[in-house]
Amino acid sequence: MWIYEKKLQVPVNIKRRDLKMANAIFTQFGGPNGELAAALRYLSQRVNMPTSKSKGLLNDIGTEELAHVEVIQAIIYQLTKDATPQEFIDAGLQGYYGIWDGGIFPSSPLGEPFTTAYINNVGDPIANIYENLAAEEKARATYEQLLNLTNDPDIIKPLSFLRQREIIHFQRFGELLDDLQLHKQMKTQFRVPKIYFETDSL
Amino acid sequence: MDQMLSRQDLMRKIQELSFCAVELNLFLDTHPSDAQALQDYSYVLKELQQLKQNYNQKYGPLLGFGEAYVSGNYWKWVAEDEKWPWEGDMVF
Repeated sequence: MWIYEKKLQVPVNIKRRDLKMANAIFTQFGGPNGELAAALRYLSQRVNMPTSKSKGLLNDIGTEELAHVEVIQAIIYQLTKDATPQEFIDAGLQGYYGIWDGGIFPSSPLGEPFTTAYINNVGDPIANIYENLAAEEKARATYEQLLNLTNDPDIIKPLSFLRQREIIHFQRFGELLDDLQLHKQMKTQFRVPKIYFETDSL
Repeated sequence: MDQMLSRQDLMRKIQELSFCAVELNLFLDTHPSDAQALQDYSYVLKELQQLKQNYNQKYGPLLGFGEAYVSGNYWKWVAEDEKWPWEGDMVF
């Protein structure tokens, strides 16, 4: 089970409302490379991983991703708190206001509802880890795009932290890939598993 | 010394050490016999437990369910004058 701890992983204390930036940041809540997708991806995949290391790493990174969902919610909440209908109009977000008002709905900045079509979980653990390596890189790139959209240090600090976590997760997944390839008694060919095709598909 | 910290500074120290714990935890998941990491984790855990105990005693529970203790005649977990983490720092 999980137990909630009443603290953010990283402080979020935003002083200035910014609805346009909040809207952009929605991609890391309910968007294709967002934290919610990451959490569900890893916590789904962990169940049929073959080794204790792989079960543990997916469990623990999946759990950290839930903490990142909360940080993103905190950023969006504080960027939009007490906004008036006129402020939604000024930000071009009257459509959002009309549907959700101040509710922070798991969706992309384009209003697309979150979907598990963003993730996958197949029986082959190595295929899953490759997906995760790509996902971490896409999430890192997304944070860099978001950082290009603001000068507010109160937003930059937590977004930079989250960007760095993507790099660490990528590193750990790379190590896990090595380990799983050894586990399959395959030659370790990091990120180019040629032997896989030679033995499995012929 | 931790007894002298403000609530916000105590929370910051807990956040910093919790981060070390998460980072070492993930590292140990793929390097389970790394002696230095095991030693660092033990050190962080000891410091963190002390800080969390101080925080719990002064400001109320950090963890819910079976971990939240009861004191007085009110369930402090939902005290109305307390902020929740996503609302920003608990003290301004």
